[in-house]
Amino acid sequence: MQVNMIQEKTKGGVKTRRTIAYIILSLASFFCLIWFYILLINSTRSKGELTKGFTIIPSTHLFENLNNSFHSTQPILNGMVNSIIVAVCTATLSVYFSCVTAYAIHAYEFKLKKAIFTVILAIMMIPTQVTALGFLQLIDKMHLMDNFLPLILPGIAAPIVFFYMKQYMESSLPLELLEAARIDGAGEIRIFNTIVLPLMVPAMAVQAIFSFVASWNNYFTPALVLSTDTKKTLPILIAQLRGADFLKFDMGIVYATIAFSIFPVIVVYLILSKYIVGGLAAGSVKG
Amino acid sequence: MKKKGKSVVSYNKWGYIFLIPFTVAFVVFQFIPLLNTIKNSFFEHYRDGLEIIGPNWVGLKNYQKLFSDGNFMTYLKNTMIMWIMGFIPQIIISLLFAAWFSDPSLRLKGQRFFKTVIYLPNLIMASAFSMLFFTLFSTVGPINDIMKNIQLASGAISSADAYVPYDFLAHTGSVRGLVAGMNCLMWFGNTTILLLAGMMGIDTTLFEAAEVDGATAKQIFWRITLPILRPILIYVMVTSLIGGLQMFDVPQILTDGSGAPNNTATTLIMHLNKHLYSKNYGMGGALSVILFIITAILSFIVFKFSGNNDKYGKK
Repeated sequence: MQVNMIQEKTKGGVKTRRTIAYIILSLASFFCLIWFYILLINSTRSKGELTKGFTIIPSTHLFENLNNSFHSTQPILNGMVNSIIVAVCTATLSVYFSCVTAYAIHAYEFKLKKAIFTVILAIMMIPTQVTALGFLQLIDKMHLMDNFLPLILPGIAAPIVFFYMKQYMESSLPLELLEAARIDGAGEIRIFNTIVLPLMVPAMAVQAIFSFVASWNNYFTPALVLSTDTKKTLPILIAQLRGADFLKFDMGIVYATIAFSIFPVIVVYLILSKYIVGGLAAGSVKG
Repeated sequence: MKKKGKSVVSYNKWGYIFLIPFTVAFVVFQFIPLLNTIKNSFFEHYRDGLEIIGPNWVGLKNYQKLFSDGNFMTYLKNTMIMWIMGFIPQIIISLLFAAWFSDPSLRLKGQRFFKTVIYLPNLIMASAFSMLFFTLFSTVGPINDIMKNIQLASGAISSADAYVPYDFLAHTGSVRGLVAGMNCLMWFGNTTILLLAGMMGIDTTLFEAAEVDGATAKQIFWRITLPILRPILIYVMVTSLIGGLQMFDVPQILTDGSGAPNNTATTLIMHLNKHLYSKNYGMGGALSVILFIITAILSFIVFKFSGNNDKYGKK
């Protein structure tokens, strides 16, 4: 009875609060999307139209702009292919070997287990930037400068992905299952590849997306490692675009290039958003 | 069948075997580079024109120089100002949104849509996003166009030619504001979802009891939600600070690496990047080590607090 009365009393209040919430959330959504809308519009407008000021209606020159940007001095298509190669390889290695590492900690009992787990958590936050100097000197000595390998291989040791996999195994990989497989005589590596991995697919999908995007967006290390124009990834080409005196440029090309770097990720995200937003809270430690 | 007779111990050696890839990759690509970086910080080693000076052992001289030439403190200050300018609105918005999303009495519809949209900027390539802002906010860009149209419509200027474009990249405040704004935009969705996970973990009977006792939504938020969220809030703040110290892509692209105007937007990592490009290994090493120590201290704080998060449902 008492509860009902309170609900009656606050009903009006809830309605106002709900309206305010909708308005502010819509406003925030507007500010999240407006930039990409302007980008979309401007990448469809020709050089001449762009100097005439902003409109909200798209024009018809998207393919012309894209075509121009592909044939500009910037090897955009190359950059796209390079970015895809690096990001796909990094994501694959990162996800597979993080499962391997997580499995080691989850499924076996050994003396150093706790210590190693603690160390992996402790190194989780070391930024790549602070070790970049030694990293560059080392890969220079290994003759791996201007090569994709130093961008891909470090993905094998990804503490954040490892941590997510470990959490996932705790909730969905019963150790009894492994015992059963062992009794059937399966080897440890075979058990991992044929029994554990298939169970990990949902977690692997989520982390593959994050690893891919992180690698796709990475600018700092690739810019220091890659020096041949045709080997550069998209973020480096974007930075070069900024470095060139942009007023001399056809602004249509600039917009088309940015759109070309941003929209593939947006499209993939919108398709997979259900899994991404749901999988976020569990293991994210970025800030 | 051979294995069956053996004790459990023989399986457990596989624990070590499965750890080999991680360990090798970590040692080669992170641990040796870290030691190498530390070593470099004690040597005089830089390039002067085409000539390479060093490496000569100089002890702590690089550190001394790092703090005495004033650059470090200036760039630390820049980094911190831009981080705080982005973090304060970010945490306020995120708390508010997380509170709304988790409030059962509000019953907000379209939650998935809103979450999807506010998280979107986090996935965008920071360098492309920054380049986009550079073109949008340039003197001939759409934002100045819109400002011109507003002034024309309001009668502040008589003709389009009378409009003086505002150069966002020539003023300290606007450059820092843009960097902070972009960072806020890119991270508030992520923070909202983290805080939301924390709020969903709070025992709902606490809210019901408070409601029965006649507490208002405001009171519930300040007296129940916030105190319980404290460990997660500290976690969010410190991880954001660690991320803030690494601020690079956005100001680097926006100012073309110059930190214009007058280095007021140069961050610590932009400074490090310059050292790395000019092969100034001694000073670059000292700067890296200081950054490493700061990050290590902050990580330790996170480490201590994230242990406490378990009981509130966050992993």
